[in-house]
Amino acid sequence: MWLYTLKRLLQGVITVWFIATATFFGMHSVPGDPLSGERATNEVIRANLEARYGLDRPVTEQYFIFMGNMLRGDFGISYTQQNREVNDIIREHFPVSATLGLLAVLFAAAGGILFGALTALYRNRLPDYIIMFLVILGISVPSFVFAALGQLSLVNVNNVLGFSILPVAGWGTVGHMLLPALVLGLGTMAYMTRLMRSSMLEVMSADYIRTAKAKGLSPTRIFARHQLRNAVMPVITVLGPAIAAITTGGFVVELVFAIPGLGRYFVQAVQQLDYTVIMGTTVFYGAFLVFMVIMVDLVYSWIDPRVRLQ
Amino acid sequence: MLGACLDLIEFDMKQSESLPTTDPSSTVPAPGDRMTRAAARQLAIYAAVVVLALVVAMFGLNYLASLTSSAAGMSREAVDVENNIITSYLREEPPQMNSMRSSDAISSMVMAHVMEGLLRYDENSELAPGVAERWEQDGRTVTFWLRDDARWSNGEPVTAHDFEFAWKNVLAPATGSQYAFLLYPILNAEAANNGEVSTDEVGVEAVDDHTLVVTLETPIAYFDRMVAYMTFMPVNQEFFEQTNGRYGADADQMIYNGPFIMTSWVHGASMQLRKNPYYWDADRIKLDGIDYAHMTSDSNTLQNLFKDGQIVIADLTSEMLEEAMFQRWPLSQFMEGTTFYAEFNHRPDRLTRNLNLRKAMLLVHDPSELVNRVIKLPGYVPAETLFPRWVQGMDGSLREEYPLPPLQRDVEKAREHLQMALDELGLEELPPLVFLSSDTPVARIQSEYYQEVFRRYLGIELLIDRQVFRQRLEKMTAGDFDLVGAGWGPDYNDPLTFADLFASWNLNNRGRYSNPELDAQVRIAQSSLDPQERTDAFGEIHRIIRDQAVIMPDYERGYVYVTDPRVKGIVRHVFGAETDFTNAWIDADAGEEQ
Repeated sequence: MWLYTLKRLLQGVITVWFIATATFFGMHSVPGDPLSGERATNEVIRANLEARYGLDRPVTEQYFIFMGNMLRGDFGISYTQQNREVNDIIREHFPVSATLGLLAVLFAAAGGILFGALTALYRNRLPDYIIMFLVILGISVPSFVFAALGQLSLVNVNNVLGFSILPVAGWGTVGHMLLPALVLGLGTMAYMTRLMRSSMLEVMSADYIRTAKAKGLSPTRIFARHQLRNAVMPVITVLGPAIAAITTGGFVVELVFAIPGLGRYFVQAVQQLDYTVIMGTTVFYGAFLVFMVIMVDLVYSWIDPRVRLQ
Repeated sequence: MLGACLDLIEFDMKQSESLPTTDPSSTVPAPGDRMTRAAARQLAIYAAVVVLALVVAMFGLNYLASLTSSAAGMSREAVDVENNIITSYLREEPPQMNSMRSSDAISSMVMAHVMEGLLRYDENSELAPGVAERWEQDGRTVTFWLRDDARWSNGEPVTAHDFEFAWKNVLAPATGSQYAFLLYPILNAEAANNGEVSTDEVGVEAVDDHTLVVTLETPIAYFDRMVAYMTFMPVNQEFFEQTNGRYGADADQMIYNGPFIMTSWVHGASMQLRKNPYYWDADRIKLDGIDYAHMTSDSNTLQNLFKDGQIVIADLTSEMLEEAMFQRWPLSQFMEGTTFYAEFNHRPDRLTRNLNLRKAMLLVHDPSELVNRVIKLPGYVPAETLFPRWVQGMDGSLREEYPLPPLQRDVEKAREHLQMALDELGLEELPPLVFLSSDTPVARIQSEYYQEVFRRYLGIELLIDRQVFRQRLEKMTAGDFDLVGAGWGPDYNDPLTFADLFASWNLNNRGRYSNPELDAQVRIAQSSLDPQERTDAFGEIHRIIRDQAVIMPDYERGYVYVTDPRVKGIVRHVFGAETDFTNAWIDADAGEEQ
C-alpha cells in the first residue's frame, strides 16, 4: 500500500512538472507579449519593463529561473495587475471557486445518485423517459445557456413577486451561490444520473441479488443494502475528477453571475498573455486535478484491493 | 445572516417542490410490483435525508462564503435613501489605482471620483478649476496657482510639490508608464523618459507650495486641456515612499484628494467609496457614498441586475431596449468618443499601398449599412471619417466646418479604380487580402460583412485572421496584415489626439502611412498658437485621410443606457469619468418603485 501510494505521488509530481514545462514553452511561443498595450511604447520604456520582468533573458534561462521560484512556491507578480502577487490572486480567489464548486458537486452527486436510482427502478416507464430526456438536455446544452436562462428566470420571478427571493448576481451569502451552483453542477449531475442508471441495471441482474431474493430478504433491504451500495461505487470514482473539473471550469458561470472566482483570472490571463498568472493558475489547477485523481485512486485501492495489484 | 436564513428556507421549499419526482405517490408503479414500490419508498426516504443534509451543508457554506468575500456592508438595493448611497458596477477590476501608471478607462473612472488633478471636468463636461484655482499660459511657460484649502484624506495639504513629484515619477524610465508620452510637451520630458537626461532637468517646478510652473518644449495651445487626465494627478511623496512599491494596490495603499475616498476594495468583487470630508468643495458633493458592488462585463447580467433593482445604471442591448421603452425607464444616449475603422497596410511590400485599390475598396464600403443592418446595436453610429462628432472646429463640429461628401457606394466607379490598380500593379487578378480582426462578437460580424461586400462588388477575396488581443497587437505592430480592424479613442480634449495618429513618426500608426503633406499639417497643428490656423490644419488632415483612403471608417461607438429614476445628475464624459456620480443626488420621490 505504501509503495503504491509513493508510486502514484511520484507520477503525480512528474505530471505537474510536465504540465508546467509544456505551458511555459507553449506560452512563450505564442506571438505577442504581456507588455504590449493599446498605446505603443517607445524602445526605452519597453527595454526597462523587459528588464524589470526578466524578459530580456533567453527563454531557457527564464525557464530555470521560473522553476527555481516555483519550487520555492513563488509565482511572481501579475503583469496586468502590477501590484498583485500571483500567490495572492490564487489565495483570494480560489476559495470562492472552491466553495461554489463544493455546492455544485453536492448538487450533482445528490441529484445524480437519486435520479439515477429512480430511473433504474422505473426503467422504460414514464419517470425514466422524462428524466432521461432531461439528462440528454443537461449533457448537451452548454452551461452558459443555462446560466443566462436561469438568471433571466430569477429576475422575472423576483419581478412578479415584487421582492427578491434570491440575488441575481454577486457573492457573499449562500443565497448568491444556489443558482450558479445548480447551473455549474447540472452537466455533472446529468452525467452521473446516466452512470448511476446503467450501474444500477447491471447490479440488478447480478447473482447476489438473485440469491438475496431467493433467501427471502425484504425488497427494501435488497435495494438499500445490495443494489444501491454496489451501484454507487463507479459513481464515486468519477467524483474526484468531477470536483476538479467543476472547481476549475466555472469561468462562464463566474462571469455571468459576477462571482469573484479564480476561473475568470485563469481565462483572462490567457487572453492577456499574463505570463505569471498563466503559469500560476495552470500549475495550481494542474496540481489540484492530479491530486484529486490520486486521492480517488488511493481511496479506491483501499476499498477494492484488486486495483493495487494491477 | 438573517437574510441568508430566509434564502435557505425559500430554497428548502423549492427543493421539496421539485423533488416529488422521487416521491412514490406521484408515480404510478404497475400494480403488484411490490419490489419497485418498496424500493421507491426507501429512495424517497433517502431523498429526504439528502435534502436535509444539503440544507445543513448550506449553513456551513454560508459561513465559508462570508469568509471568502465581502458583500459585507454592501447595499443590496440600487438606491439606499436612508444612508444616501447608490450602488453601481465596474466593467472590470481596475488593474491598479496608481495614477502614474494606469492607462485604462475603468481606473480613469474611479480615479475621477477619488482624486483630483489641477483641472477637472464639470457636469457639462467642460474644464473647471480643480486643485488649481487659476492658470495662465505665457508662451512656453504655464503657471498654475493652487488653492490653499485642497487637502489629502490624511489632512495634509495638497501642494505643488505633489504634482512635481508625480510628473517626474511618470517620466522616470524605471516607472515604465505607458502614458508617459502625454507629458512630452514639457521641456526635456521625452529626453528624461528615454533616459538621456535626469528627471531633474524636466521643465516642471514647484516654486512654492501653491505655485507650479511648467516650461514647455515649444509653445502649444492645448496643454491646459491635458492636465485633467489621470496621468497628471498629484501623488504625495511621503505616503508613496512608505507604501514600499505597493502604491495603489489596495484601498489603504493610497491617500485621496478627490470628492470621495475608497474605504474598501475587494479584488475582483467590489469597491466602496465614501464622501471625503477633507475635499475642498465637499458642499458640492451630495451623495454620501457609492458602492461598486459588482465587477462584470456581461451586458445581460448587468441588465438583469438593473431590472432587479440592484444597480442604478446599465447599458442596453437591443432586446432590452424595447422592454425599457415599455417600462418607461429614463433612457439616455452616450457617445464614447471613439472611432472604429479598418486600417490599410501602407508598407511598401503590400498591395494595399496602391491608392486606386484603396479607393476602390472605400467606394464599395457603406458604414450605414454596416451599422444599421449588420451590427444593429443601440448607440452605434456610422462613422464618416477618423474624427468623431464631438471634435470641435472653431465654433461647431469640425466635420461640419470642413464637410466631405458622404460615403456612398458607387460600384461602377469602384470597378474603374480596381482596373486602374490592377494595371498599375501589373496583375491579372488580385490575390486574396488578409483582414486582421479581433475576436469580439462585433469584430466577428464586421469581418464577415467585409468579406461579403468585397467579394460581391469587386471580386476580391478576403482571408480573415482572427486573433485575441495581444496577438493582434503583435501582428499589427509587425505589419502582418493587409487590412486591420482598429479603433482610436481620445487621450486629451483636443482634435490633435486624433489628428496626429497617421503622422509618419507616430508609433500607433500601425499601417505605417507616410505622407509629407499630412506630416506638415500635423506640425502646424502641434506648434501653432493661432486657433484658426490650427483648425484649418485639422480640416486639411481630415481631407487628406479621406482623399488618400488611409482608412475605411466604420462606426463611432456609443451606448443607450437606463438609469434609476430616483437618481439624478448622472453624467457620462468622453474625458475623465466615463460614468460620473460626483454631481449625482437621490430624489427619493421621483419615479415609483419599479
